[in-house]
Amino acid sequence: MILGIAGRELRSLFLSPLAWILMSVSMLLLAWLFLVRLEEFIQLQPRLAALENAPGITAILVVPQFGSAAMILMLIVPVLCMGLFARELSSGTFSLLLSSPVSVTQIVLGKYLAVLALLGILLLLIVLMPLSLLMGGALDLGTLAACILGLVLLLAAYGAVGLYFSSLTRQPAIAAVSSYGALLLLWVLDLAGGGLFSYLGMSGHFQRLTSGLVFSSDMLYFMLLTGLCLTLTIRRLDTLRTFG
Amino acid sequence: MEQPLIKAVGLYRYFGEFCAVRDLAFNLNRGEILGLLGPNGAGKSTTLRMLSGALAPSAGDIWLSGVNLREHPRQAKKTLGYLPEVPPLYPELTVDEYLGYCAGLRGLAAPQCAVARQKVKGRCGLADHGGRLIGNLSKGYRQRVGIAQAIVHEPGAIILDEPTSGLDPNQILEFRGLIRELGKHHGIILSTHILQEVKAVCDRVYIMNEGRLATSAAMEQLARHADRNLLIRLGRPPALEAIRDLPGVCSVGVLGESRFRLELEDDAAPGVIAERIVNSGWDLEELTSGVTELEHIFTQHTTGKIPS
Repeated sequence: MILGIAGRELRSLFLSPLAWILMSVSMLLLAWLFLVRLEEFIQLQPRLAALENAPGITAILVVPQFGSAAMILMLIVPVLCMGLFARELSSGTFSLLLSSPVSVTQIVLGKYLAVLALLGILLLLIVLMPLSLLMGGALDLGTLAACILGLVLLLAAYGAVGLYFSSLTRQPAIAAVSSYGALLLLWVLDLAGGGLFSYLGMSGHFQRLTSGLVFSSDMLYFMLLTGLCLTLTIRRLDTLRTFG
Repeated sequence: MEQPLIKAVGLYRYFGEFCAVRDLAFNLNRGEILGLLGPNGAGKSTTLRMLSGALAPSAGDIWLSGVNLREHPRQAKKTLGYLPEVPPLYPELTVDEYLGYCAGLRGLAAPQCAVARQKVKGRCGLADHGGRLIGNLSKGYRQRVGIAQAIVHEPGAIILDEPTSGLDPNQILEFRGLIRELGKHHGIILSTHILQEVKAVCDRVYIMNEGRLATSAAMEQLARHADRNLLIRLGRPPALEAIRDLPGVCSVGVLGESRFRLELEDDAAPGVIAERIVNSGWDLEELTSGVTELEHIFTQHTTGKIPS
């Protein structure tokens, strides 16, 4: 049932030009940044060779590349997710789901699975860029793995936030803008300084992960955020049945 | 005895302060086609949305094939097919993809899905349209796809909210045939505001007004009472008593200066009445059978007026 919903959603996403455009735009931007950074690294290389304990290509190129991916995807994911529920609610197709023998949880998980699949493809493309460096040299694979883990967790959270905001409104544009606002707020929350805000902010957790420090507390943060958004979405759709 | 396919007791639905449905109760049995009639805003769609599980009732309980919809929603909904007012279609999918998805959603396994899809396409006249995008279909065909998704999994109870809107006259006739055929083995609730439709296919009619069940009647009963009144227009109308004395007339309503409505007794013969009027020299200008019982009842219960 969940797979059926996910399959239908994924098909619809790929049948609309939106998903393709968003993916190609993000890949274009990331490829450009990647090439610029590579160029910089090649120019820096003679001076780095003279240094003792000089940072390698992973620290100079790969880690910032994942940071850029996090920023660009923050702009992309809300648009990918905006229609998930908003479009079903506005076109009336949601009543098909409600009158079928599926629970709201199954509906939400099905949709979320479709988002994860799409983001998984995007992630694969993003990871391929630094991996291509293996053709010409060595990478710090441990740090790379930590970066990938960080981006996986981050994207899972982005998707869940996008899903939740899509369930709040019938207008996809409103869903996109508000989830973009929420993500950006979470990203800059720790600018307010330490304590609670720095824990609630996303950037600190992500940066620790991409620098190669894998703490379970950081992983837990993203999982909690994802779980919270999914639960809120289920709650929201349940109340929709009650309040019409 | 088999459980009723749909049983509802004491249904209420509030939207804020506004009460859209109040104290509604009814039963739907297998092999029965039930027409839900009512003016716009009477609460028909709200009722159907509640029965389909898309909207939770503010109070009251619903059982689908004996399973409580509130307590076991997933099990209860397996026996249900629902066509909402706006057909729930995905324009980017083809008819085949869509019907396959709907069948899967209703819990059919993959091999059954293909069989069910083929069968329902034949039934709904979509056999040649399987590969077409729903977004490119005409309104009538979209409506057919909407009906097809409601019956693809052969549910016991079928709920159709204004199913013939957007269909052309030929399609409406075809559709009525389909409904009659489905009605033999399933139970169908049909909401509409077209009285002819109810007359053509339904076994029983419920008339709703302002959220309440105004009245209900079996169609057989209505048919027996139909055509029991005549409308006449006279060039030289006599005194009212003279008209009332016509054979087989039990009462006379005055509709205008020269127009009258005659309520007839069961064994009255309109031919005899016409002959008598002509012979009496009242200058008969028009004689038609009046509104049928259903229209009469509908108008009476939804506006409180006696129709002309």
